[in-house]
Amino acid sequence: MGRHTLSVLVENKSGVLARVSALFSRRGFNIESLAVGPTENPDLSRMTIVVDAESQPLEQITKQLNKLIEVIKIVELDSSAAVQRELLLVKVRAPLAERTQVLQTAELFRARVIDVNPDTVTLEATGTPDKLQALLAVLAPLGIKEMAQSGTVALGRGPRSMSSAGSLRPVERTA
Amino acid sequence: MTTTPSEPASRDHTSRDAPTREAAAALAGVETTARSIAEAAAEPATGITGAQSLVRSLEAVGVEVIFGIPGGAILPAYDPLFDSRVRHVLVRHEQGAGHAATGYAQATGKVGVCLATSGPGATNLVTPLADAHMDSVPVVAITGQVPSAAIGTDAFQEADIRGITMPVTKHNFLVTDAAEIPQRIAEAFHLASTGRPGPVLVDIPKDVLQATTDFSWPPRLDLPGYKPTTRPHGKQVREAAALIAGARRPVLYVGGGVLKAGATDELAELAELTGAPVVTTLMARGAFPDSHPQNLGMPGMHGNVTAVTALQKADLLVALGARFDDRVTGNLASFAPGASVVHADIDPAEIGKNRKADVPIVGDAKETIAQLVEVLRGDRGPARAPDLSAWWAQLDEWRRRYPLGYDWPEDGSLSPQYVIERLGAIVGPDAIYTAGVGQHQMWAAQFVKYEKPGTWLNSGGLGTMGYAVPAAMGAKYGRPDTTVWAIDGDGCFQMTNQELATCAIEGIPVKVAVINNGNLGMVRQWQTLFYEGRYSNTRLHARNPDGTPKAVRIPDFVLLAEALGCVGLRCESKDDVDAVIEKAMSINDVPVVIDFVVGHDAQVWPMVAAGSSNDDILAARDVRPVFGEGQV
Repeated sequence: MGRHTLSVLVENKSGVLARVSALFSRRGFNIESLAVGPTENPDLSRMTIVVDAESQPLEQITKQLNKLIEVIKIVELDSSAAVQRELLLVKVRAPLAERTQVLQTAELFRARVIDVNPDTVTLEATGTPDKLQALLAVLAPLGIKEMAQSGTVALGRGPRSMSSAGSLRPVERTA
Repeated sequence: MTTTPSEPASRDHTSRDAPTREAAAALAGVETTARSIAEAAAEPATGITGAQSLVRSLEAVGVEVIFGIPGGAILPAYDPLFDSRVRHVLVRHEQGAGHAATGYAQATGKVGVCLATSGPGATNLVTPLADAHMDSVPVVAITGQVPSAAIGTDAFQEADIRGITMPVTKHNFLVTDAAEIPQRIAEAFHLASTGRPGPVLVDIPKDVLQATTDFSWPPRLDLPGYKPTTRPHGKQVREAAALIAGARRPVLYVGGGVLKAGATDELAELAELTGAPVVTTLMARGAFPDSHPQNLGMPGMHGNVTAVTALQKADLLVALGARFDDRVTGNLASFAPGASVVHADIDPAEIGKNRKADVPIVGDAKETIAQLVEVLRGDRGPARAPDLSAWWAQLDEWRRRYPLGYDWPEDGSLSPQYVIERLGAIVGPDAIYTAGVGQHQMWAAQFVKYEKPGTWLNSGGLGTMGYAVPAAMGAKYGRPDTTVWAIDGDGCFQMTNQELATCAIEGIPVKVAVINNGNLGMVRQWQTLFYEGRYSNTRLHARNPDGTPKAVRIPDFVLLAEALGCVGLRCESKDDVDAVIEKAMSINDVPVVIDFVVGHDAQVWPMVAAGSSNDDILAARDVRPVFGEGQV
């Protein structure tokens, strides 16, 4: 299976997330992660969808996504030509005796301490999925109490943007 | 013109009662009527209700008829509808409304419209919407919804119909502001009827229907993500033409998209230009005349031996508006193993979905086929098609050895195939035939000869039992001067026959041939072939404790027909078949039902068992064709 990152511009309307996620389950495609948020254009949202698929089903996924009326544009972001980040919040067991080790690990991974109490420390880290996996692997022996992780968000490298290539001029038609 | 709720605009009760169906005799007449309605309704208005805006929008978009049932949440819409020139047909079940809209759309090429209330009214539309979705039929469904403030509270008759129908519609809307109504209606009709057609649902909360708003027409459509490709890519067309010109064993594999695109003239031109054999799928019967010598007939699970085998042995498949459905391909891995594929479809997602296309063409079938013809004819086109005489010699040999046929039941009962064959012969190719789903559907596809587009309506993709009667009602409404026959099974007929009451009361004289074998015949056939004849729950007739049929008829379809306001006839012997059909043909003021009591052991052949290779087609039970290996 191959891991592919799709950046999907959609109309910012209610129900779009339901349509997209339902399409994936209905057609038997697997979503590895999905992140939705606003874009520079208030009428549009961007979904970053990481899917596990061979190239043949991937083509079918993008074609089916394109059939959704509220999907404007889909671009596959090649990992070499895009920046990809995830956000991780992780609460680690950190009694006084082990706290230094936790903080040193955080520093190594450029994670920030965002909450402290006598028993635990909560860290915030951003990075590629690989980097965050590495951080979690180091923290695991210390005792991870709880964690929350975002889906991947990604942008293509270079000056071009997905939503300003002139292709987004709304198509106006009358009946 | 400005109107207020207390001062209805251009409301004329006589126009509602006028014989619009008679006026709509010819399609051209219908269009004129629709256009004049559109012009009359295009006047802007202020201070009207959302419901009035809805009805004005439907008038403006040219709606001739709506099939529906009122209820609490949709009630505001029914009040202005009472005064509208849009005719409303009050059906008996919302499923009937949905299939009637589908039948109307398939028979006329226009958008079919159905209307239902919230909750159960809306959920009853789910099956016909899924049906229209699978068969790409342009339908707009309008549903009432509980008031906006009650949404999400499990209110009385609340169902999330937008969520429920997302997977079975091309698109759907929940209208949240009365000002949006004209735009949403215009968008719904645009989406339903363009690109790959399909059903669109518009859900409108009751308070939105009651709110005060303004109306203007035409509204601006705001569908930035919807740009169907209709014009084929010239380079792809030229590549396809080159493959066609070089093929020795080509087959034109014609699907329902050719009918949707109105491309039958172009298809005939392409077929005659290339000399290639044509197969018409279940959804494409009538797209190419059965009487044409190049028509091999229907491929697929119950296709004829020649059509199925032509696909298997072809060196080129030219798929036109077809989708390589599993009922056509059988086991996909062994389907047409030696064939290159040209796949033309308006929906890019269909291309390469099941079978890899060597030359994909995204576009409207009419434009695509016309361009293919142009390139094949043109100076810059490839040389003329090569000699196909060896291929035709082989095909004709198969046709001679494995014609469609049937045996008479050994118990002396009436043959269902004979009934359907005679019906087609007597009624002729100008009529419209609808069917339910099962054995009778396959026999109707095999033994009625279709010559014209839009004369064969059935539920191909979803396989919806109960489709025939309401679809016939919609078709007859849309084409009142055409004879419309529903060929139905007794199982299917018991799912939707209540719409015959609608037909009787509304003056929609359809004709129904119930092929009554007392069983769920197709399921019984599978039990015979694959479950050692263990007939678990497929007998519909009354029976004694030892399993033998009782003499009593439950239901008695003749009495049932009479109870529903129809003429009921019965036929149980071969000698009476022609006379009873002719009798039914002579009755044109009320619906007619013929109960054809037939044997229950008749089977549909040929058959490719589900999941098997098309190479393993059986011409009849235990009869495996010999194809003369090495000849092709």
